[in-house]
Amino acid sequence: MTEPTGTSKDDQEPTGGPQSSAQASGGDVAEHRARGGETPEGGEHEQAEEPIDAQGPGSDLTPEGGTRTVAPAARGRSGMFGVAGSGDTSGFGGLRLPGYVPAPAERPYGGWFDGFADDFAQALAERGIRGAVQQVTVDRGEITFYVRREAVLELCRTLRDDDALRFELCSSVSGVDYGEDVPQRLHVVYHLLSMTYRRRIRLEVALDVDDPHVPSVVEVYPTADWHERETWDMFGVIFDGHPALTRILMPDDWDGHPQRKDYPLGGIPVEYKGAEIPPPDERRAYT
Amino acid sequence: MTANDAYAPGRETTEGTVYTVTGGDWDEFLDEQHDDRIVINMGPQHPSTHGVLRLVLELEGETVTQARSVIGYLHTGIEKNCEYRTWTQGVTFVTRMDYLAPLFNEAAYCLGVEKLLGVEVPRRAQVARVLLMEINRIGSHLVCLATGGMELGALTGMTAGFREREEVLHLLEYLTGLRMNHAYIRPGGLAQDFPGDWKEKVTEFVGVMRSRLPDYDKLLTGQTIWRQRLEGVGYLPLDGCLALGATGPILRSAGLPWDMRKVEPYCGYEEYEFDVPTATEGDCYARYRLRLAEMHESLKIIEQAVDRMEPGPVMIADRKIAWPAQLSVGSDGMGNTLEHVRKIMGQSMESLIHHFKLVTEGFSVPAGQVYSAVESPRGELGYHLVSDGGTRPLRVHVRDPSFVNLQTMPAMSEGGMVADVIAAVASIDPVMGGVDR
Repeated sequence: MTEPTGTSKDDQEPTGGPQSSAQASGGDVAEHRARGGETPEGGEHEQAEEPIDAQGPGSDLTPEGGTRTVAPAARGRSGMFGVAGSGDTSGFGGLRLPGYVPAPAERPYGGWFDGFADDFAQALAERGIRGAVQQVTVDRGEITFYVRREAVLELCRTLRDDDALRFELCSSVSGVDYGEDVPQRLHVVYHLLSMTYRRRIRLEVALDVDDPHVPSVVEVYPTADWHERETWDMFGVIFDGHPALTRILMPDDWDGHPQRKDYPLGGIPVEYKGAEIPPPDERRAYT
Repeated sequence: MTANDAYAPGRETTEGTVYTVTGGDWDEFLDEQHDDRIVINMGPQHPSTHGVLRLVLELEGETVTQARSVIGYLHTGIEKNCEYRTWTQGVTFVTRMDYLAPLFNEAAYCLGVEKLLGVEVPRRAQVARVLLMEINRIGSHLVCLATGGMELGALTGMTAGFREREEVLHLLEYLTGLRMNHAYIRPGGLAQDFPGDWKEKVTEFVGVMRSRLPDYDKLLTGQTIWRQRLEGVGYLPLDGCLALGATGPILRSAGLPWDMRKVEPYCGYEEYEFDVPTATEGDCYARYRLRLAEMHESLKIIEQAVDRMEPGPVMIADRKIAWPAQLSVGSDGMGNTLEHVRKIMGQSMESLIHHFKLVTEGFSVPAGQVYSAVESPRGELGYHLVSDGGTRPLRVHVRDPSFVNLQTMPAMSEGGMVADVIAAVASIDPVMGGVDR
C-alpha cells in the first residue's frame, strides 16, 4: 500500500513515495539512501565503500555525511485516513509512516561528544580497527554510533578497556524492527554506560532480515547474556558466539518472533481445551 | 509425556486422558551408576521464589553446584502491546510491569516521551513526581523486607512489612486514586492535581513511618538468626556486579555509591539533600541494611518535596499534548467536570474535534529515539523509546533492573547451601512482572 493518502492538511511531511525521506534527513543524502534502499544487497558489503575511521586524534569518525543505509526510507505513508471498510481510528487500522532516517551529525557535535569522539577514534586506531563506525548521530542530547556488525565485539572491547573510554556497564541490548518494507529493518541497539566519566552512548547495528547474524558481546559484557537471548526470542536476531542462545520469555517450542512488525498482536492459537483467541480487531463482532 | 511413563500413568476418561503423576524414591535413582548429584526444580509455584520464578538447582547433598533461573512465566507482551496504543495509553501498560514500583515505570516512560517531544513539565508536576516516587520507593522496599522475611522464616517481618506498606498504598490511593497501577503520571505532567488536603496526609504519613521504621532495627537488624542467615551469604563483589550489570542496592552493597538520582539527576533531584547509603560487604545483610537506610532517606526527600510544592499547573500548557480533561469527583465517581463538558460540548465545535482527535488518535511524537533512566528501588530502570513520527511508539524497550539483576543469582548462590539460594534471591528482590514484562 504505497498510494498517496494525503488528507492531513496540517501535516508537514509530503505523503507517499520515497521522496518523503528527504524531509527527514535533508537533501541529497537521503536521496542517495533511498536509491540504495531500492536495491538492498548484502548489507555491509555496499557499506564498506566508505571506510571511516581512525587516522588519529582529531580525525572525524564519519565521512562527509555518510552514504550508507542505516534505515533507508523506502516506505510511503499509508493507512489511518486511507483505510477502507473500517471506522477505526484507534491505530488498528494501521497507520504506516515513512521509514525514519536519522540524520548524520556534523562537527562540532557539542558537549562532551567531540572530545569523546576523538578519544574513540584514537583508541580504534591504536587497535587497528578500521571502517567500523558508519555514521554518528547526535539527537536530543544522545550520541548514537551506527556500526558495522563484524566490528561490534571489538568495538565493545575497546570501549570497555580503553582508559579514555571506560564503558564499564552495558545497560541494555535490545532490538528494533523498523517495519516490513524497510531495507535492513532489524536493528540491534546497545546502550553503554561509563561510570567513570558519567557518559552514555548508543551503538546500533542494522541487519537484513534474511541474514540476522551479529557477533555476541557476552564475552565482553556478561550481562548481555539475557539481553541477547531476549532479542533472539523477540526479533530472531542470531548472536554468533553466544554461550546458549535459547528462548527466554516465550516457551521453548514457540514459532516465530513476536516483536517483529509482521507478527500479529493476538490471534495466535493456544493449547487450552481448544480455546481460540481471535485477534483484537476481530474480537468484538456484535452479530 | 507419554502414556507409558512409569511415574505418570495415563487412563482414559470421558474428559480425555488423565495422567496421575506419582513420585519415586531416591534410591531408585541413586544406584551405583549414579552419583549423589540431583537436579531439582524450585518453582515456578513456590512460596520462596519471590513470584513465578523457576530455579533449576543441581545439588550435591545440601550444596548447590549449579543454579539457573528460568523466567517467562509472567510474560504478557507489554512492549508489543505498547506499539498498538497511543503514547498516552502506554502509561497504562508500563505501570503494570514492575508492579511494586508502578510510579517509577510511569515516570521513566513519561520522561522519555517528554525528551522525544522536547518539552518540560511544570515545576509542580516535577516535585509531585519526586514525592510520589519516594513514597513508592518506601512501599517497594517494605515489600522486599516483608517477602524476604517470609521466605527466610521471619514471619513477623512479613506482617510488619505489609502493615506499613498498607499505609503507603492508602496514601497513594488518596493522592492518585488507585493503590497500584496508577497511570497518574502522564506525558506532559500529571493526570490531575492532588486532592486539597494532600499536605496533611503526607505529613501524617511521614510521622507514622518515622515512628515505625525503627521497629525494623529492633525486630531484625540485630537479631541473631537474621544475621546468621544473611551475613556472608549471596556475596557478589564490585567487579561481578559490573560484569553482570547489577545496579541498585546490589551495586551499592559492593561499595559503589552509584545512584541515578545523584549522578544523572532527573525531575530536579539535584535540589534535594539526601545521602546514598553504601556498604562494602557485598552480602545479603548489607543489602538489607541499605534498603532500610534508603527508606529513611526517602522520608527526608518527601519532607523536602512537600516544602517545595508550589501552586501551579500540573500539565504543560501546550494543548496539542496536554490531555483535554479536567477531572473531578462527582456524585457518580471521577470524571470530567460538568463545566468542562459543557464548554467543549456547547461552546466550541473545534474544541470538541480537537478533544476527539487527541483522545482517539493521540499526539504525534517527532521521529527519533531516546533512552531515559531513573533509579528505581531495584536499580537502573531504563526506557528505550523509538518513534517514527506517528501517534504510537515504534518500539518501547524496558531495561528492567529485576531482569538484569536476576542474572546475578547463579554467581551469588553456586557453592552455597540450598537455603542460601533463597536468601540470595530475596536480596536481589526481583519482581517477576518486571522481569518477564
